[in-house]
Amino acid sequence: MQKSLYIDANKCTDCLQCEMACSYENYGIFNIAKSRIKVFNFEHEGRKVPYTCTQCAEAWCMHACPVDAIRLDAVTGAKVVFEDTCVGCKVCTIACPFGTINYVADSGKVQKCDLCGGDPACATACPTGAITYIDADWTGLDKMRQWAAKTDTTATA
Amino acid sequence: MGWNRKILRVDLTKGTCKAEPLNMEWAQEYLGQRGLATKYIVEEVDPKVDPLSPGNKLIMATGPLTGTMASTGGRYSVITKSPLTGAIACSNSGGYFGAEMKFAGWDMIIFEGKSPKPVYLSIENDKAELKDASHLWGKTVWDTEEIIKKSHQDPQTRVSSIGRAGENGVLYACIVNDLHRAAGRSGVGTVMGSKNLKAVAIRGTQGVSGIKDFKGFLAATTAAKKVLADNAVTGQALPTYGTQVLMNVINEIGAMPTRNSRDVQFEGARKISGEAMHEPRASDGKPNLIGNQACFGCTIACGRTSKMDKSHFSVANSPKYWGATGGLEYESAWALGSHNGIDDLEALTFAQIICNEDGMDPISLGSTVSAAMELYETGVLTKEQIGVEAPFGSAEALVELCKMTAEGRGFGKELGLGSRRLCEKYGHPEFSMTVKSQEYPAYDPRGIQGMGLTYATSNRGACHLRSYTVASEVLGIPVKTDPLVTEGKAGLVKAFQDATAAFDSSGTCIFTTFAWSLADLQPQIDTACEGNWTMEKLADLGERVWNMERLFNNAAGFTAKDDDLPARLKTEPAKTGPAKGLVSGIDKMKPEYYQLRGWDQNGVPSKETLDRLGL
Repeated sequence: MQKSLYIDANKCTDCLQCEMACSYENYGIFNIAKSRIKVFNFEHEGRKVPYTCTQCAEAWCMHACPVDAIRLDAVTGAKVVFEDTCVGCKVCTIACPFGTINYVADSGKVQKCDLCGGDPACATACPTGAITYIDADWTGLDKMRQWAAKTDTTATA
Repeated sequence: MGWNRKILRVDLTKGTCKAEPLNMEWAQEYLGQRGLATKYIVEEVDPKVDPLSPGNKLIMATGPLTGTMASTGGRYSVITKSPLTGAIACSNSGGYFGAEMKFAGWDMIIFEGKSPKPVYLSIENDKAELKDASHLWGKTVWDTEEIIKKSHQDPQTRVSSIGRAGENGVLYACIVNDLHRAAGRSGVGTVMGSKNLKAVAIRGTQGVSGIKDFKGFLAATTAAKKVLADNAVTGQALPTYGTQVLMNVINEIGAMPTRNSRDVQFEGARKISGEAMHEPRASDGKPNLIGNQACFGCTIACGRTSKMDKSHFSVANSPKYWGATGGLEYESAWALGSHNGIDDLEALTFAQIICNEDGMDPISLGSTVSAAMELYETGVLTKEQIGVEAPFGSAEALVELCKMTAEGRGFGKELGLGSRRLCEKYGHPEFSMTVKSQEYPAYDPRGIQGMGLTYATSNRGACHLRSYTVASEVLGIPVKTDPLVTEGKAGLVKAFQDATAAFDSSGTCIFTTFAWSLADLQPQIDTACEGNWTMEKLADLGERVWNMERLFNNAAGFTAKDDDLPARLKTEPAKTGPAKGLVSGIDKMKPEYYQLRGWDQNGVPSKETLDRLGL
């Protein structure tokens, strides 16, 4: 079964454990500046929204890369940056409509979410269940269940 | 490790910023944050210094766990000599500012001297410089943050600043970071204002890499997070209701200081409780509460996000307050609410907004308004003197008096001096609900006896966060004790004081101690920091910090006489509730407490005690 990250922003508290976990997983330090998942706090609306790469099936970044440094991980479905190949031209950062692939000045390469090889650290670290790693074909299952409960009138009839 | 091993020294008089190594010998004895920064103050500041003179210093300090994956590992503290109390001050704040300081490569910032003109400190990783803040002077905290972020063209900058209260000399001004989080008590913001320092803006992208044993640290922090998640208080009550979960609980046990502590139960408590924040309002059908806001790294998320009722009198003509904002905390709801006899949830939310926006401690402000209301009701103060009718229960008076204090307008100037100075000026010192000139918080010592000793002996003046025996006396953590008796409370208070001092020196939040004991903190410290951090070493550290603070206060002129409660708590029995007929038994607990501490009857630590603690 292929899985994907599923984000329920209503559950996010902006604690940034996901960003810490991401930076530790990829760089071995606690540094939210290096995180590939970011939480946005829309303070005046009271909304906190985690956001990262959705792993597009026809990924703009992958198609735009002139040196084939972004490749599909057939097991996880992730589009993975191969740093040895990446030349840091940043064309992928222009191609990506969502801004989720970014240049890292320290390394001269780009970085994006690679689903941690199938065990995403952000989902493990999230204390509220705002970020989960679930069946890619059924990310809507929870919402369906909630609506099913609301629309089922026979139980109370 | 855990530490960056680097501190920033800012000489505001000369306008210089210099890096220097952290004293690692001291770090082994005082760990970080509260303990370590107090050590620096003790070594560098004359205890008799005028707190608002250039000779006082102000330290912003992180702990070794600040900026790590430890749950609640985002705390920083401000340590200085307090202008409200004249004692040592240490105010702790969450939000994101502390972690950002760590990510920029610093453990603490020491401010000394006084700038000739308003400035703010700008830090980008290793680079630190003082910048002109004349355009920020006179601005609120919220406007200051916005202007700095815009001018730096960096929304990820974290800002800590004072509002107009800190500029105007309100003696309980806070330093507010991330809009709604504050180093709140004892007037640390007033000291900042006296130095012409408006704000500190930090951007750090270096992260925390100096963890002694990363693998062991992750195992320890993961296990500790599970303890928080599985606990009824940190896993359920605080996430659901925030600190406001306490409003109905404390009222029912008869320990809710009401109408300037004339009463110990408030008939309107339910209407201003955490439960009420969830209920749809009659006016617009929406609840006051819209969600939770965690601080950096916190897996509890007790912080509240609220939206005001747009039709409420306090904001009906001010659309800028209609958006999401910091929601009511228990201490604010109590101090602004029941202590003034006010049961208007929206008015209290707005009064807290003013406190956040202009940087004022809602406990001290609320309780000072309570004193003014009692002076008004007893005919000592008139409407002409105050500027408004100010009977207990008047939400309109509260809102106006909060604004007047923030802006330094009219009678607000007198409210800004705190209740002790206000009540003395008008010849009624007995109306001031303070210890060492600091207003006490939301637990009446007649109904929770241990809190009386807590307030009387707290090194920063009356405070609940120095030994929260409510945990034991009301909630049964770690063991249930009877709140109505004095027996055993001296030992309980000492144990809580020492453990709390260790937590406050670590970078984690004291709210974890509803679930964690030192045994849960110890493996997190030991895997992060070099040195063999055993339970004994942490326990000794807590006791050492407590005695060090005590020595500073004694040298500043405090004596055993100052370890006392307002007469009302000792002579006017509780009128209702489980504590009906009781007064505080402080005089019974204090001698035993001194003895357990190894202090003489004048509250002076003995030579043996100091030798044992290496002081």
